[in-house]
Amino acid sequence: MRKIKTFATHALLAGIGFIWIYPFLWMISASFKSQPEFFENRLGLVPKAPTVDNIIRIWEKAHFGTYFMNTIIVTLFSVLLVLVMTMMAGYAMGRFRFWGRNLCMAVFLGSIAIPLVSTIIPTYEVVKSMNLVGTKLGLVLSQAGGAHVIFLLLFTSFFESVPKELEEASKIDGCNYPRTFFHVMMPLCKPVATTVVIMETIWAWNAFMLPLVLTLNNPLSRTLAVGLYAFKGENTVDWTGIAAGGTIAVIPVILLFVFMQKHFVEGIAGAVKS
Amino acid sequence: MVRTKNEAVSMAAGRRRAERRKMNMWCWLFMVPAVGFYLLFQGYPILCSIQYSLLDWSGMTANAAYVGLENYRELMGDGLFWNAFANSFVYMAMIVPLELAVSLFLAYMLNNEKLKARSVYRTMYFIPVITTASVVGIIMIFLLGVQGPVNHALTALHLLGSPVNFLGNAKYALPTLVVISLWKDCGTYMIYWLAGLQGVSKDVYEAATIDGADRRQTFFHVVLPLIAPTGGIIAILCAINSLKVFDIVKTMTEGGPYYATDVIATYVYRNAFSSEIGMPRLGYASAAALFFGGAVILIGLVLNTVKDRLAKSM
Repeated sequence: MRKIKTFATHALLAGIGFIWIYPFLWMISASFKSQPEFFENRLGLVPKAPTVDNIIRIWEKAHFGTYFMNTIIVTLFSVLLVLVMTMMAGYAMGRFRFWGRNLCMAVFLGSIAIPLVSTIIPTYEVVKSMNLVGTKLGLVLSQAGGAHVIFLLLFTSFFESVPKELEEASKIDGCNYPRTFFHVMMPLCKPVATTVVIMETIWAWNAFMLPLVLTLNNPLSRTLAVGLYAFKGENTVDWTGIAAGGTIAVIPVILLFVFMQKHFVEGIAGAVKS
Repeated sequence: MVRTKNEAVSMAAGRRRAERRKMNMWCWLFMVPAVGFYLLFQGYPILCSIQYSLLDWSGMTANAAYVGLENYRELMGDGLFWNAFANSFVYMAMIVPLELAVSLFLAYMLNNEKLKARSVYRTMYFIPVITTASVVGIIMIFLLGVQGPVNHALTALHLLGSPVNFLGNAKYALPTLVVISLWKDCGTYMIYWLAGLQGVSKDVYEAATIDGADRRQTFFHVVLPLIAPTGGIIAILCAINSLKVFDIVKTMTEGGPYYATDVIATYVYRNAFSSEIGMPRLGYASAAALFFGGAVILIGLVLNTVKDRLAKSM
């Protein structure tokens, strides 16, 4: 009886799991099918005559190589910016009751409810006034803007938990504020920093509304998420090409997640706890 | 020179004040990057939105005209705006209960230390969360299309007589989007629930088992009341996130067919950035975005109060 129950549980969970990842398996398989096979064998997941033509075609002819590099650059630099600023702010808010701390915290927390759509028009104008519309720098800066509430909370609660003695010891050793931060605190917060890097990498990689609006006038600055959308608009019939583009866009984040999922899951769980 | 006690005290106080001033200064130096980026891309844009919403403006600086509350007045009589507004809330009302129930079910199943391979399942359920929404949306167009695998499978199994155009039919389009979003975001809420469930001590389960309760009874009578407070927070997050929906709708239906899936985000986008409807109307779109933003914040506050009341009465 017990065995049957366990088996039923596994069958159910595995069945749900299969439905959950079927679209990705289908997409990856479709990107290796030839056009005729794609329409013949719609459900199947194993291509009979695997081909890399789709990947090559979309990488070279549809600029996915460029989109890929754009996405990497934008993701990399916005992650760096977000990491530095949330770490520094988290340190200040976690360790010190400075003047204006609670106000900052309240304002940041309140921003959770503000939808991006309410600020997207002026954000576009801000980037425009910097002459950065359609550039990667504009994308990096606007992607790094915003409140990053989860990361601030993670860093703040981490630094709050560091024992006071550490700081006093470094003060006695003659360390000033920046030295304490760089030499004592920064090495300590590596686990939180890893979580932040992974979460922001995935978010920046997947961002859609901001890059969509900011690359309207310069197709070559598109990221993968926007590039695939534009490609679909122009080539509604090239489904194997679309599948190949989708594969290029999601494989890097799936790999990153599968290997680093512990950090990502802990980050999400930690956010709801605090 | 002999110092009086008073002088010593005031000197110590002065030193402390200097120390505090130094601390404040350093803390604010550390806050500068975060606060700066926040002001530039969140604080300032909100203020700008208010100003834009009072203008008749197509984006060219030269021809912006101040029109006062005219945009808001027009908005109140705009059927398409109210259609999008209603769709946003219908979408929220459909997805929040479903999302909470499905993700809680998965979390409860996985919150069992004896279950082998649970981290494999967790990874599977989480993969849609980390993939690009726009990519998922585009792939889903084909999967759900009249010629796609889903219709193929459903007709082959005789669950459907003839293929259904899930996204092209005004009746089915919004529910289909709800199902896709449910699938896409479920993993996040599952992790939230797991965090809540891990706060329930093992003794509780043991006590329930000793009392003869099975897993289902234990869940409804023992565990659910215990995790209800966490559930309140999760529900609010889910409601707010569902009102922000854009990527999936934009890529799967563009708000169609015939505006059946038009939500506020796609409505604002169309009015501000799209060339389909002639000149962009930044002022008008800003008014819509602000009005909606206000509504979302209001909903957040109301839900929060409801949650606190419920928590107190329990």
